[in-house]
Amino acid sequence: MKEFIAIFKNELVKTMKRPRSFIGFAIISFVCMVLQAAFYQDGKELLSMVTSQFEQVFSVQGNVLNGNLICFIILQTLIVQMPLLVAFVTGDTISGEAASGTLRFLLTRPASRTKILLAKWLSGLLYTLILLAILGFFALIVSRWIFGEGDLVALNSDGLTIIRAHEINWRWAAAFFIAFLSLSVVATYAVMLSTMMDNSITPIVTVMVTIIVFTIIGLFDMPSFDLIKPFLFTTHMISWRSLFEDPIPWNVIIQSCSILAIHIMLFLGIGIYYFKRKDIQS
Amino acid sequence: MQAAITLENVSKKFNGNPAVDKLSFEVKQGDIYGFLGPNGSGKSTTLRMIMSLIKPDEGSIHLFGESLASNRSSIMRKIGCIIEKPDFYGYLSALENLKLFARANLLQLNEKDYTNLLAQVGLSGRGKDKVKTYSHGMKQRLGLAQVLIHDPELIILDEPNTGLDPQGIIDLRELLWSLNVEQGKTILFSSHILSEVQEICNRMIIIHHGKTVVQGSVEELLSTENLQVSMEVSNPEICKQQLQQSRWQAFLQSEDEHRFSFGMAKTEIPLLIEYLTHHKVFIERIDYKNQLEDYFLKITKGS
Repeated sequence: MKEFIAIFKNELVKTMKRPRSFIGFAIISFVCMVLQAAFYQDGKELLSMVTSQFEQVFSVQGNVLNGNLICFIILQTLIVQMPLLVAFVTGDTISGEAASGTLRFLLTRPASRTKILLAKWLSGLLYTLILLAILGFFALIVSRWIFGEGDLVALNSDGLTIIRAHEINWRWAAAFFIAFLSLSVVATYAVMLSTMMDNSITPIVTVMVTIIVFTIIGLFDMPSFDLIKPFLFTTHMISWRSLFEDPIPWNVIIQSCSILAIHIMLFLGIGIYYFKRKDIQS
Repeated sequence: MQAAITLENVSKKFNGNPAVDKLSFEVKQGDIYGFLGPNGSGKSTTLRMIMSLIKPDEGSIHLFGESLASNRSSIMRKIGCIIEKPDFYGYLSALENLKLFARANLLQLNEKDYTNLLAQVGLSGRGKDKVKTYSHGMKQRLGLAQVLIHDPELIILDEPNTGLDPQGIIDLRELLWSLNVEQGKTILFSSHILSEVQEICNRMIIIHHGKTVVQGSVEELLSTENLQVSMEVSNPEICKQQLQQSRWQAFLQSEDEHRFSFGMAKTEIPLLIEYLTHHKVFIERIDYKNQLEDYFLKITKGS
């Protein structure tokens, strides 16, 4: 255990001292601020265009353009880009070190390959968590500070759902947990690919291509695609949105979380299996 | 005393091509062992197998009497190595890199230990510089610091002189001698330059195409008792005549226009020169090498 903690600490030092780690933090912060500025400037006008469609059914009163709505919009927007930022850092976990030659040092120390991979994987998950924490801080805390609090008017595929302000916080906590689970699948997939390749770019590109292809498959309503959709992790990455429906479809959420967790275990298992048998020729 | 390294019939193929073929050798504790071979001979693959970076297809590897396959972790605590070239995290300073290495070895060192270590390898005052600003020679020195950080019993160095300036090579040689003589460390030293091995090692092996060519003590293998002496003269007729009239004819192996080749001990060479110059033979050039050196040069050329 002592050995594992030591190599985990090393991984954290490397991740946090690497300039590329901060690119993700900077992008998230920047995009949040840009969206907040845009909504601050034109948000009311945009919102009145959307709500005008419902004005014949009910009247909209109070502060609709509040921090919760901004967070909901930001999360919907960034959930597509976040995996790319995660892959950018976790995709070269092993392959980047293989390419730079430092993997030789790591693997000639007493720690086993399994411990090394687990330490790297955990530090990747911690990075993902920090990325999400930054997103949470800017998207929710800062947005609430700028736009105030209030009920969330969530626009879903089957219409509008109004979530009362007093029952929103736990939903955000659960939504960020599911987002973390989704991004952990991406991080684990990237780490798995990283064990199989000896250059730092290919795993990152492969993760991106996978997400793009799976997302496209998810968009089309075709019988042949419908068969495979439930098994694609991208299908379940947006399940956090179900938390903003009323009533909450818990069975769908639990199923999605289980499938995401299975993906994590599967990718991690394959990664460990492959890495333990890999000849280090680089 | 147990051997530090024992390889028995170790083989490794890549895509069906043998890189190492039934290789066996033993490094005794206290040896400075030269591992010699031309580029592509299988040296790095062998060292990688000893360091468990590559798994052998066949054969067994034992270090300090323990099987590498079943006791990897405890064995690795006793070894410090540079495989191929020392690589570091360029975005970290030398000191930060060493701290990573220390932590990976579960060591708790203080600042003074790091300062002493850097001084030992000639990097005093450069510890806070980012490694990406280091020259190749400085990285080699830092690599040595990383090797020595946990005071290993066995040091494995893969062509450590590469990139070092002449002073660096001398410093390294002296450091390795002192580690061997004063601290009793066993050193396995790979190279494709015979003279490097000759300078520093007490035992050696030469491999080619992954197979053993020859192994034994450096003194025996690179003996000066049977050298290949090549001489160029400006008056070959007189030379030939004088040789025929003397005991030196027995040493003559071949002649070709101005060039005469002999097989003899090193101590005989000045006597031969004295005899020929006394008999008005004008020697333009003379050089000599060991039979093994000659053979090694041939296989190196071939690769």
